[in-house]
Amino acid sequence: MKRNDWILIAVLTLIPAILLTGNIIAAQKIASPCLVITVDGSTFGIYDLNEDRIIDINGKNTCTIKDGEASMTYADCPGQNCVHSAAIGKEGGSIVCLPNRVILKIENAAVTAERPDAVTG
Amino acid sequence: MSAKRIAYLGLLLALAVLFGYVESLIPVNLAIPGIKLGLANIVIVAVLYIFTWKEALAVSVLRVVIIGFMFGNLFSIAFGLSGTVLSVISMALLKHSGHFGIVGVSAFGGVMHNIGQLAAAALIVEGFPFLWYLPILMLAGLLAGILIGAVSLPVMKRLPRINDF
Repeated sequence: MKRNDWILIAVLTLIPAILLTGNIIAAQKIASPCLVITVDGSTFGIYDLNEDRIIDINGKNTCTIKDGEASMTYADCPGQNCVHSAAIGKEGGSIVCLPNRVILKIENAAVTAERPDAVTG
Repeated sequence: MSAKRIAYLGLLLALAVLFGYVESLIPVNLAIPGIKLGLANIVIVAVLYIFTWKEALAVSVLRVVIIGFMFGNLFSIAFGLSGTVLSVISMALLKHSGHFGIVGVSAFGGVMHNIGQLAAAALIVEGFPFLWYLPILMLAGLLAGILIGAVSLPVMKRLPRINDF
């Protein structure tokens, strides 16, 4: 083997190694799922799902984050649809309080659509 | 081109087709589709060195088409052609430069083969995670190319040279 062959092989090893490292770093940088609360179309606040807390939304609604899931625990409206909605976690989803125009939504939900499929032959 | 050359090339083409079939009989199940040794490339590399890049391109393209019609479909022909054409052309350029040995040429060909296939996949399959596949298949192609190059060296010594015809 010539000296150039070794250099070529080294370069051809280095390029994918750098690409792979870049991919792993980029994957880690993708933001973790978080809760976004909007009131009347404008953002009220963004919250970390891993941090248990109770959020008062203008005295009309109360959102509770517990064990990585968010749920509406109080609403001053007669319907109470949002209070009865299932809790939303990192898989995504939303809870809507229509009378008060409050939306709880998970952003950056754990996406499964990016996985490669088995089409290549 | 003399009849002997044509016969010799036909023989090598049949060998290349058969290598692909023999390899499909070996059950190597890796987690990522598209990683394989590519035994047939021993023949392609040998043809590239015994004849010229034109014969290597002809044999490799015909091999993909024949295997595609026998065992595959139009998609496998498209993937195969994009990989093999890029591979043979890049190997020919590297060989022509005169700065590299057969192992280096074959290693580069292996990498370019997988890059060509990935490029076709990225064009055909929507939302294909090209950047995730690229480094893994580059390394796989490199390893396969080095092995093929290392095997081609003793094989070439035993094959009759074109000057003998």
